[in-house]
Parts: sequence; C-alpha cells; structure tokens
Amino acid sequence: MNKDFFGGVRGSLPILIGVIPFAMITGVGAVSVGLTFVETMGMSVIIFAGASQLVVYQLMGAGSPWLIMVLTAWVINLRFTMYSATLAPYFQKLSTWQKAVLAYMLSDQAFGVSLSHFMMANKEVNHRWYYFGSAFTIWVAWQISAAIGALLGALVPASWGFDFAFPLSFMALMFAALRDRPTVVAALAGGIIAVLAKGLPYNTGLVLATFLGIAAGYFAESLKPNQAVTQ
Amino acid sequence: MSALSIWLLFIAIGLGTFLLRFMFMYLFGKIEMPDWLRRALRFVPAAALAALVFPALTHPTGHLDLSAQNFRLLAGLGGAIVAWKTRNVLLTILVGMALLWILEAAF
Repeated sequence: MNKDFFGGVRGSLPILIGVIPFAMITGVGAVSVGLTFVETMGMSVIIFAGASQLVVYQLMGAGSPWLIMVLTAWVINLRFTMYSATLAPYFQKLSTWQKAVLAYMLSDQAFGVSLSHFMMANKEVNHRWYYFGSAFTIWVAWQISAAIGALLGALVPASWGFDFAFPLSFMALMFAALRDRPTVVAALAGGIIAVLAKGLPYNTGLVLATFLGIAAGYFAESLKPNQAVTQ
Repeated sequence: MSALSIWLLFIAIGLGTFLLRFMFMYLFGKIEMPDWLRRALRFVPAAALAALVFPALTHPTGHLDLSAQNFRLLAGLGGAIVAWKTRNVLLTILVGMALLWILEAAF
C-alpha cells in the first residue's frame, strides 16, 4: 500500500458513475434470463467483462449453442489483448503471479484511467500500484453493483421485455467505439453482414460478420496510407 | 441449460478471457504483438457490437421484418439517436425501452 495505490483509487472514482449502472444492468440481465443469484455472481467474478456477459444473456435467450456463446464472448473480449500489450512494459519487472492478478482485474475503465495517468503524470509514478488501485476499485464497485442488480432483477416482471435492453446497451457501447471513418466502416459492414447471415446455422453469422467487419475496417484504413495510425 | 453446462460456460469464457488479458503481459520481451494484429484489434468492438445490434432489431422474432409493425426496430432507431448523442448505456436503455412500451401500448 502506498500513495500511488490511493492515487489509482481516487483517479477511478469519477468513472464509477458509468461502471455502477452498467454492472447493475448485467445483474438484472442475468436474472432476467433465469440465472440464480449464485450463478450471476459466479459469472461476474469468473468472467468480469460486462459486454461479453450481456452477449451471453442475449444468446441464452435466443437458445444459441454453448460453443457459439463461448466463441462470441471470446471475440468480444479480444480487445483486452490490446490493453494488455499496451500496459505490459509498465509491469515488466513483476513476478508471473503478480502479472496474473493485475491481468485478471483488467477492464476498459482501469486501462483508460491508468494509461491516461501514465501519459500525463510528469512526476515519477509507481505504475503497478496506481493501476492496482484503479483496477481494484473498479472490480469491487463492479461486484457490489452486479449483486444489487441481481437482487433488483428479481423484481422486474418478464412482461417488461428486458431482453430488449441487451441490444440497446450494445448500441451505446458501439457508438462509443466509433472513433473515425474506418471504425464506422467496420460497424456498418459487421452489422449488415450479420443481418444477411442471420439464416446461417447455429448463429455462426455473428462470428463471421464480426471478422468480416474487422477486415472491412482494416481495409478502409489501408486505403488512406497518409493517415497516422495511432491509438 | 443444465446447471453444469452453465458453470462450464462461465469457466470456458473466463479462462479464455483471462488468457487474452494475461498473454501479452506474460510474453512481454519475448514476443511483441505484430503491428497488423494491433491494427485489426482496433476494429473488434465496433464490428462485434454492430453484428449483435443490427440483427436484434431487424429479426425481432427470428424473421426479417423491416415494416412499421416492427416496434423493436423503431424503438431501436430512437435509442440509436440517444446512443449517438450521449454514448450513455443507461440513458439509451431507458429511452429505448420507454419507446418500445409506448409503441406496444399505442398500437
């Protein structure tokens, strides 16, 4: 424990305004597709990745096969490799198990808070402690909020059609991911191909459309060789 | 789904997700992430989320329905405007759900 740990805690407090309702939505969603409280919290701790958990609920509701749920969740979570590779230099000297703990707690928000602090801080920062303070705060807030959501979810009648909340939440996350023209191309291609491929067996169109969308975005970016490729 | 297959589902997704989070921290200094992969990964969220959203609106009951009777499509378009303007998950859900209930109640 040191001041950088608490720096990470403080740096993450503002972002909890987004984390808490999102985690509660995953709790409500889990209960709405028939998961028990223990299953909901088990999933929340084992997976700890909200978008992929919501995807699983949507696919469960549609009666998708087990393997498609696993593959789709992995694809949604591919973005973590990018965060992990970006943070890796800061954690170079840690032991493997310490890296494993920090990696387990990696979230979109912990990555965003930590990296922007590392880039801006002009003084010497203890990166691992700052990141740990941030990731831990978000993890704790996430689990508590998910539990509250699961308890509230039991009060939501099925007639409310809560399953519609899943595509709506993906929509907000999707617009947040649209940064420039190539990302818009990736989204349009992924979305339109998913509609056209809807009839494919076992919901495989979803994974196919995602990969073709990624390829379309990549290709669109390649068409503009002068544009700087930055994160 | 049986309770066992549900827990196996969580463990499979959780293990894979942990490896995605851990891999490049562990491999740092041994294997660098190739540039083409880093560039491709940038498009994962946009492509994957769109692939989930579009069919959920166009195929509300499993069949293509682009008519004005498809309330999920209409409410989804309203939600899209909120999502575009605010990027706020909770607000998008509230407006989209409210639109769906109003459409279902009115027609």
